[in-house]
This record gives sequence, structure tokens and C-alpha cells, in this order.
Amino acid sequence: MGKRDRLSGNEAVAVAMRQINPDVMPAFPITPSTEIPQYFSSFVANGQVDTEFIPVESEHSAMSAAIGAEAAGARTLTATSSCGLALMWEELYVAASNRLPIALALVNRALSGPININCDHSDSMGARDAGWIQIYAENNQEAYDNFIQAYPIAENPDVRLPIMICQDGFITSHGVENIELMEDEQVRAFVGDYAPEHFLLNSKESMAVGPYATTHYYMEAKKQHAQAMVNAKQAVLDVAKEFEKVTGRSYGLFEAYRLEDADYAMVLIGSAAGTAKDAVDELRDKGVKAGLLKIRLFRPFPAQEIANALAHVKAMAIMDRAESLSSQGGPLGSEVMAALYRARSQALAVNYIYGLGGRDMRVEHAEEVFEQLRQIADAGEVTDAYRYLGLRE
Amino acid sequence: MDLHKVNNTCRWQDLTEGMQIYEGGTSAQFPTGEWTAVKPEFIEDKCKQCLLCVPVCPDSAIPVKDEKRGAFDYDHCKGCGICVKACPCDAIKMEGVN
Amino acid sequence: MGYNFKETMNKPERLAGGHRMCAGCGGTIAARNVLRGLHEGDHAVIGNATGCMEVSTFMYPYTAWEDSYIHNAFENAGATLSGVETAYRVLKKRGKIDDTYKFITFGGDGGTYDIGLQSLSGAMERNHDMVYVCYDNGAYMNTGIQRSSATPMYANTTTTPVGSESNGKPQNRKDLAAIIAEHDVPYVGQTTFWKNFKDLHVKAEKAIYTKGAAFLNIMAPCPRGWQYPTSDILEICRLGVETNYWPLFEVEEGKWTLNYEPKKKLPIEDFLKKQGRFKHLFKKENEYLIEEFQKEVDRRWDALVYRCGR
Repeated sequence: MGKRDRLSGNEAVAVAMRQINPDVMPAFPITPSTEIPQYFSSFVANGQVDTEFIPVESEHSAMSAAIGAEAAGARTLTATSSCGLALMWEELYVAASNRLPIALALVNRALSGPININCDHSDSMGARDAGWIQIYAENNQEAYDNFIQAYPIAENPDVRLPIMICQDGFITSHGVENIELMEDEQVRAFVGDYAPEHFLLNSKESMAVGPYATTHYYMEAKKQHAQAMVNAKQAVLDVAKEFEKVTGRSYGLFEAYRLEDADYAMVLIGSAAGTAKDAVDELRDKGVKAGLLKIRLFRPFPAQEIANALAHVKAMAIMDRAESLSSQGGPLGSEVMAALYRARSQALAVNYIYGLGGRDMRVEHAEEVFEQLRQIADAGEVTDAYRYLGLRE
Repeated sequence: MDLHKVNNTCRWQDLTEGMQIYEGGTSAQFPTGEWTAVKPEFIEDKCKQCLLCVPVCPDSAIPVKDEKRGAFDYDHCKGCGICVKACPCDAIKMEGVN
Repeated sequence: MGYNFKETMNKPERLAGGHRMCAGCGGTIAARNVLRGLHEGDHAVIGNATGCMEVSTFMYPYTAWEDSYIHNAFENAGATLSGVETAYRVLKKRGKIDDTYKFITFGGDGGTYDIGLQSLSGAMERNHDMVYVCYDNGAYMNTGIQRSSATPMYANTTTTPVGSESNGKPQNRKDLAAIIAEHDVPYVGQTTFWKNFKDLHVKAEKAIYTKGAAFLNIMAPCPRGWQYPTSDILEICRLGVETNYWPLFEVEEGKWTLNYEPKKKLPIEDFLKKQGRFKHLFKKENEYLIEEFQKEVDRRWDALVYRCGR
């Protein structure tokens, strides 16, 4: 079975890419994801893959070339961060609406300005409505495992959507951890060959991609895309089940950590889950019923399942590592609260903005949040649902 | 592919995936010839089959077979009149173009 | 490869009628004739920057292209086709396909000179085996005749309108063919609709079958933007060439060649006066502007002749 190795998150994802041996990788460097195309280029240079690497002149061209290559029938991937993803913004929509299952390794980093190279989720949250599947990782193992699962999800005939595999900049991308790698043959067998039904280079039929669609068609086209996103949830679960059979590692839509009987819950995405779990454990030792819901799948958003998992808690903190500058909180806050409302949940909920631009969330911060939740539950009401954590004021 | 199934009254389920089309030249089914009432007239007797009218047509409305041009494709000709001026033999006439 | 006009005209049509380009559109004439450069039996994937041509030739579910076709966005036709071309190389290498494909992308001057210049430059510098064809109609025609960096000076456009304080576009046009030639690509050609189109057909075939990146710049008049009767296009192109406004040249492996030199150059006003966009230059008080225009044409011609080593 698998083998253990000490790898950074970037190297782990690059190894996953090597094992997949895709057809084409166009990429442009940007901190903190630069190492991924660097590692991959060395695999190409050393003959460890026979992928064609395109050293494009911008991230916009990286996604543009990826769209061309994928439409032509090539399994294609790229990697980026932050402003690189923002420069791709237009192209993210084109890739998704053309139903091209491109895989993108996103190393989350704050968007400018001011320019900042450290982690937050403002980049991928800005792209949340682009029609891409988004899966997030807590640690290097998850980043690797999620990337191995990317194509089987994206290329599922009921889905055929591009997929963004996200991990936290520097925290996991540069942090070295012990992880378990699959054997190369296992990965090849799990991911399989790519044989799309239609592609530009099919000499048996001409194919046209990227039309102008009048008002008569545009709305129907969007509905079709929306349905593919609905279908993606089941594909994520099905692929996770297959993955568990091969590796023994289990994945779902989210991870519920000591949540079953929790009075107070934290909902978050990404690497801060490790810190939050430590805080939960310490509080549990003191008799406080704290729990955590760590979101793995953000697009499509498993609203009903999240609301069900949180149905019993007295108070919860929804933690956003991105500002949406709406004056109401962050994107995760909006979506979780909408899910609670639809599920007619009576739980008290507060939305925290934390960790912007690489600001640490430490265990004492998490404990402070749980203390606030206890006070909210005791008071029976939320006075300020939009708060900052770890801010000097 | 059967374009009759894909038209502006069909349901979203009936659109092709990602709005892709799996056949070339489907625009031939769209009659742009209706855009104009003024059309060039081909006077075959005068034509020396030099084919100089062929490359200038923006609407691919002058078919060529065995190195000879045929009748105008009025389903697609928009009446621009370029071919009239390209013809050195006065074999194409059109109202308003000399 | 000897050139035969009738054989070239006898090739199967690769751009179907029924597209929605305007009557008399020069861009479509350019596209049809470039495709005549393809050898029968070879497949092609056609790229296209957003613009008139894209919205008119692939309006769902109607595609005018007989070959496979991809439109992505406005500014990235170069990058998009470089992805397609790379996919071709890798799929061939891996034994997944074995037919011969050629890669040709079309963009207007907006998508090529301006918003798409970076993507084009990248694709050219990486020397993908593809042809980028600019159908240069000298303004953003799709959005309603706004100036571009390809618009000639003094042209009246909707963002350089003629008024009491304005004589049209104040700046000269960019020499894009030279810029791409300086990328040291194997082939660059500049042409237009000239005589029996041999110049265009030969350059298209060279561009398509030269290994590596190639660029064609084709003056493709737009009757709406240039304001002339649709049937006049060939005369306007002829005057563009005979006045030295639009010289026919090519650059092969860095060697510049002038393909045509008028025996007796015509004055630039012959080209300008056929077009409504230059109407204001023919007011008595604006005669000096025509002189300025002539000076610019002559300066550029001299520079071209120098490059061609003549």
C-alpha cells in the first residue's frame, strides 16, 4: 500500500500531479503556489512525466491555454494563488460554462490590496460563483488526497465541471508534514484514462466551442450548468467512497469533530481547523461541550447537510477567512446562516472574520470564541453578529 | 447533429452540454439571403469562368465545382455587390452597382 | 508549391454562408481566403478572439466553420490556441490521435493590437506551431467604431469624433507586423485583398505550413466603420496598396521582403477620399492634415524599404 514521506503541501500536490501524469500544464508562478509548477517542471525535465508544460506569460493565459487544451481533449491542470486567480476571473467562468473539467491547485493567499503574500481565502471566495467545484484542505495529507480525487469528480459525465483544490498558503503549502502517498500505479488506476466523448481534435466530427448565445438560450444554459453543480455533490461522495476503499482514508462533505452532542460549535474552512480542534479538546477536558464543523466541499454548498449537523447546537460561530465587505460579514457566514434559515434552525449564530493576510488564529483565540458563544447562549440572543477575531482595537 | 432539437423554444435539458456544437457549417441552415431584396444577377453567357468573383464574396455565395462557378446562392447572398465590381466581363449585374 | 488560382478556388469551402457578418464585410473575406491556404485532407482547429467575427459566425446553434472551432474571450486568442496546439502535440505523442491538424486563429485589431497583445506576444515567443491572423479593420467595429491602436491618424471614430476641437484620432497607428517580426518568429506576412488574391493565398499557405509561430496582418476594410459603399472594397484595398498606405511585405526567418512596389505611388488623398471617416480632411482649412498624413506614409515606407535592404 502507500508509503510515508515528509512533504510540504506544495510538494505533495506536485507529487499527485506527477502520479496523474496529465496531458498539459500551463502555469505562471505566483507566491505561494510557485513551487508547484517548479516541481512539475523538474518532473518534465527529468522524464518522470511526459506532460507538455506551457510556460505562459500570465495567469490569464494559463487558464486560457488550459481551456484550449482541455477542449482539444487533453487532461489539463494548473496552479495559482491570490491575484493570479483574480486575473483568471473571466476565464474561470468560461472554463466552467464550457463544461471543461480542468483541475486547479489553488494555494490560498490574500488578495491585494495592500499586497500581502500570506493566507486568507479572499481569492477562492471571490471565485465562489464562477461555477467551479471547490474543495478545501486542513493539512498536507488532505491537499494531496483531494487532488487525487479531483479528476474522478470533475470528469464524471453527470458533472463535467472544473475543480479547484484549495489549501492554505504557507501554512500547509510550505509547512512540512508526514503524509502517506499512494503508489503511482494506484493513482493511475484510481484516476483512469481521459477519453472525452467530444473534443476539438476528433477527426470524426467538427466541434465548435464557446458560442454567442442570445437571450433565447442564455438562461437555459445557466440552468444546465447549475444542474451539473447540483450533481457534483453525489460525485464527491461517490469518489470519496472509492478513495476510502483504496487508502482507508475517509472523506465527506465536511468533517464533524466532536459535534454530535456539542452545545457550542465553530464552523470553518481550512488549516485553522487544527487549532480549533485543540481548543475543542481542551474545553471538552473542562466539561464544555464544544465542537467543530470543518467544511471540505464549499461548491456545491451542502447547505441541508450542514444545517442538519448543526441543528442541535445552542450557539455557533461561523468563521470567515475572507471579508466580503458587505457590512454584514463574510461569505461563509452568509451561506451558513441562509442554510440555517431554510432548515428553520433556531440556533444562535455569529460570524467572525479572522486570519486575514496570514494573521494567526491561536488556541486562545478559539477559546475566546467559544467563551463568547457560551455568553450568547446564556443571554439567548446575539447582539453583534458580525465580529473580528484577533484584531487590534 | 439534429439542429431541429436545438432551437429557441427547447427546454434547458435539450441544449447541448456547454453549448457545444458537434458539426461544422450549421450556419448554412440560416437564411441570411432574406436580409436584402437587391441581388446580383449572373449572366452566364458573358462569364469566362475566370473565378475572380469567388474569393471576394464574404458570404461564400458563389459555389465552385470543377473549377467553374455556378449560380448564386441566394439563400446566403446579402447583396453587397463586391462581385459585380470584381467581374472583368460584365457577367454580374446588380441594381445600384456600376 | 506552385500557386494555381483556379485550383485554390476549387478547394472545398471551409466557411459556410449563413453567418451574420454585415453585407460586404472585409473580415469574412479575409477568413475565407486564409482557409484556402489549407491543404485538402488536413484538419484545422480555428480560434477566434471575441469580436464581430465571433458573435456572427458562431451564434448558437449555428457555426459557419466547417472545421473545429473555439472562441474563448476577447484578449486571449493567442493563449487559447497555444493550449489547443499543445494538446495536439501531446495527444499525438501519446498515440491518441494521428490525423494532421493545423491551427489558425482570427482576431480583429482590437483583440490583436490592443487587448490581446500580451497573449499574442506570449504565443509567438513560445513559437507554437500556429498562425495568428489579424483582420485589421482599424477600429473596434463590433462595439460601434471606437478607435484602436490600429486606427490611422485623423480617422473619425466614436471615441475620436471630429468636432470643433478635434480632427479625429491624434496619434499614428501601431506597426504590429513589425512588432511581431521582432519576436523573431519564422514567418510574418502583411497583405490585403489585392488583384486575384494570390498574395493573400500564398502568404496564408506559407504561414500555415511554416513550422512554428506565424502572423498574418490583413487589411480588411469595414464598410460601416470606414463609411464607403459595400461594393467598393477592392478599390479601397487597391488604393491602400498603390498609395503605400498598406505595403505588402513578408518577413521570413528575419529576412524582410517587399512584395510589391508601385511604379508610380499614388497620393494618399486617393485612399482617404473614398472613405467617409476622413471626410473632414477635405475641408479647405484641413489640407495640411493630408500633407501630415502623406509625410507619415512616406516615413513608414522609407523605413520599410530600409528594412527590406533596398
